[in-house]
Amino acid sequence: MAVQQEDYLGITDYKVVGTRPVRHDGADKVTGRAIYGTDLNLPDMLHASVLRSPHAHARIKSIDTSKAEVLEGVRAVVTGQDLALNAEEQLADLGEEVVRVKDMCAAVLAREKVLYQGYPVAAVAATNVHIAEEALDLIEVEYEVLPHVLDVREAMKDDAPLVHEDQRTKSMGEQSENFSNVASHFRTELGDIEQGFAEADVIVEREFRTDMVHQGYIEPQNATVLWNADGVVTIWCSNQGAFGVRDQTARILGIPVSQIKVVPLEIGGGFGGKIKAYLEPIAALLSRKTGHPVKMIMSRTEVLQATGPTSGSWIRVKMGATKDGKLVAAESELAYEAGAFSGSPVGAGARNMLAPYIIPHVLVDGYDVVNNKPSSSAYRAPGTTNAAYAVETVVDELAEKLGVDPLEFRLSNSAKEGTRRADGPVNKRIGHEECVRAAVSSDHYQTALDGKYRGRGVASGFWGNGGGVSSAAASVNADGTINLVEGSTDIGGTRTSVAMQMAEVLGISEQQIRPQVGDTDSIGYTGVTGGSRTTFATGWAAYKCAQDIKEQMMARAAMLWEISEDDVEFDQGVFQSKSDPSKSITFKDLAAQLDSTGGPVMGRATAKPTGVGGAYAVAIVDVEVDPDTGKVDILRASIFQDAGKAIYPPYVEGQMQGGVAQAIGWALNEEYVYDEDGILRNSSLLDYRMPTCLDLPMIEAHIVEVPNPGHPYGVRGVGEVPIVPPTAAVANAIYDAIGLRLTELPMSPPRVLEAWWDKNGGNGSA
Amino acid sequence: MPEVWIPSLMRKLTDGQEKVVVGGNTLREVIENLDAQFPGIKDRVVYEDYRIAPGLAVAIDGVVTEEGLRTQIPPDSEVHFVTSIAGG
Repeated sequence: MAVQQEDYLGITDYKVVGTRPVRHDGADKVTGRAIYGTDLNLPDMLHASVLRSPHAHARIKSIDTSKAEVLEGVRAVVTGQDLALNAEEQLADLGEEVVRVKDMCAAVLAREKVLYQGYPVAAVAATNVHIAEEALDLIEVEYEVLPHVLDVREAMKDDAPLVHEDQRTKSMGEQSENFSNVASHFRTELGDIEQGFAEADVIVEREFRTDMVHQGYIEPQNATVLWNADGVVTIWCSNQGAFGVRDQTARILGIPVSQIKVVPLEIGGGFGGKIKAYLEPIAALLSRKTGHPVKMIMSRTEVLQATGPTSGSWIRVKMGATKDGKLVAAESELAYEAGAFSGSPVGAGARNMLAPYIIPHVLVDGYDVVNNKPSSSAYRAPGTTNAAYAVETVVDELAEKLGVDPLEFRLSNSAKEGTRRADGPVNKRIGHEECVRAAVSSDHYQTALDGKYRGRGVASGFWGNGGGVSSAAASVNADGTINLVEGSTDIGGTRTSVAMQMAEVLGISEQQIRPQVGDTDSIGYTGVTGGSRTTFATGWAAYKCAQDIKEQMMARAAMLWEISEDDVEFDQGVFQSKSDPSKSITFKDLAAQLDSTGGPVMGRATAKPTGVGGAYAVAIVDVEVDPDTGKVDILRASIFQDAGKAIYPPYVEGQMQGGVAQAIGWALNEEYVYDEDGILRNSSLLDYRMPTCLDLPMIEAHIVEVPNPGHPYGVRGVGEVPIVPPTAAVANAIYDAIGLRLTELPMSPPRVLEAWWDKNGGNGSA
Repeated sequence: MPEVWIPSLMRKLTDGQEKVVVGGNTLREVIENLDAQFPGIKDRVVYEDYRIAPGLAVAIDGVVTEEGLRTQIPPDSEVHFVTSIAGG
């Protein structure tokens, strides 16, 4: 169901945008014809496996690969010593961060130390994967085990074991004198926090903890690489950005990007976890050594142990409101686990956590902290779900203390166009109010929830969305169809949402567009499919590409009719002479005339749009708590989300439902469980408990449309914000059900039961 | 002229001033003029004289720029240094 707030640029009669056609990749996906990385098999291909650290923190004293190398069937062994020996102190500019090439290499294969259990130490290529795995057992590694640190608060202490002996704390460009696990510290300050709390009549302060959680994509990381005799490296892989893999691999191997071609295959989920190149550089090294293509596939245990989950965190939130229900102050500290290397999403959490509200006095401190866990990666609205869980729980408690309906409290304090965000800038056109209103008037909220141990919770959330660079190229066929090549890996159906924007411009059906994802030699540079940017930015590139085609086709019509180009107009897929309306031709018929009017027509465009529109969402969740087991059942869940303009509503709804499902897993069950030795104890999907369809009701997705003025069709980006509010909504629902404020994720049966027993005593009978 | 909001961790360089009005048509000019007035700021927000420092982003009138130091700065605009964000 779509709640449309206004039309954009006077467009009231979209022909393609907003419709629900058959998706372009549908037939291949449902018939199993789509080619994923594990489907790829090349002649003379070898298979490789990785030896991983059994220790959370250790110095490598020696590695002896001699026994593995002589095992029958083994063709090559590599270690960290094979990587970029000439790049020790080079820096790599990766856009949002500048990193030492030495660190990039060390993350791929250990050189001096291992920094978490599962850290890659060596790799073997063999004629089959079983021989490769057998050879791993023959590699002898002598470790000096070092003290490790797992807890984020422990890691911040002055006497904590140092993950990196040379790391100092950076605070807005200033560097500390002492070495520390705190990689960076920043502060956001608005107004006068002391004055704000002095004005408050009600103040709530709580501390929250969340554990590392994984993105949980079903397809494990995989890569097949051929380092050809001519020096060209071809990579087939499952990744969110082919160009990103190319750039990372080039840096790590110390070769030019022009020497690498990355061929993106279908991707079985990413959610931010498939941006880093884990296997590609290793497979490339093994291919260079052997002259054969080398294929690598991670096991599920490797995925959980050694790819990037999102950060665990400790968050303190203190907020104050006046007795008439106005938020006046918010203070927070956030400490996020970066894992082995700095780069947690604490900045995003800090900037987004208060975005739904107008708060005049704010003080937020953020800390990026390394520890002996896998290096964190992006995960759907990185860092923001943790922070929203904390803030939205406190907001809920303030509303309760003030005796105000929680949605009305959010509405009366809602950020809107022209109000100042807590991190400084003034809001453009945003849709939080509209989302809250849609939630208030929904059937879900208007339907009473009855029953013992049942409760309802609500929460808001924000994600800023991304822009970035995208490219598109297209050629017009004689039958009026168009072959569209774009650079964005298709996650969540972006082929279709991009093609629909091209079709809308040209007044043709989206089925007349054949969208393909090009390899890095076939299309211009395109950023990663992440940050909810693809339908926005690659869609914009397709929009511009379509405009290019339209202009060229208008010139062909003028040539056909022997009139001035200025005399040609175009509307709804039909070219017409302004001065002689009897001269008229459809796009399809004109396409058939291209050979006689100058030859093929090709369009191309790049886009680096700046008009990114942030997105809000509001969740309502009903739960039932079993006081005997602590199990929480989700009875009903609704999400209300500002999509700007939903280009392809089924995909938008799918993103919303997927985000809520992941958030519910995060809220109730998912966590990395480490023992005291730093060993991950739940590295399988049997023990790492993700929700299944049996755990979830049909999630009700309500699209709200407050068009983004920064996009031709008002697109905002939809992939990330739906994961932000539901964890807090679940927590608030549990409180409504049993009167317990749970401040640690996941709110798993043992935690719920312990809290219930603490409250009610003994066995908790009540 | 543009109004630059100074991050609180850098205000000791501006004698505690939270906002500074400073001339400049591009972000580079604004930062260099700011640095002339308050030495040390440029080193904190610019990396090797060619890009905004890693981890930082700059919002001009509420929009985070992707054009770096050459970004055109409209007169009377608000300039904020904020933490950079990457999506998933």
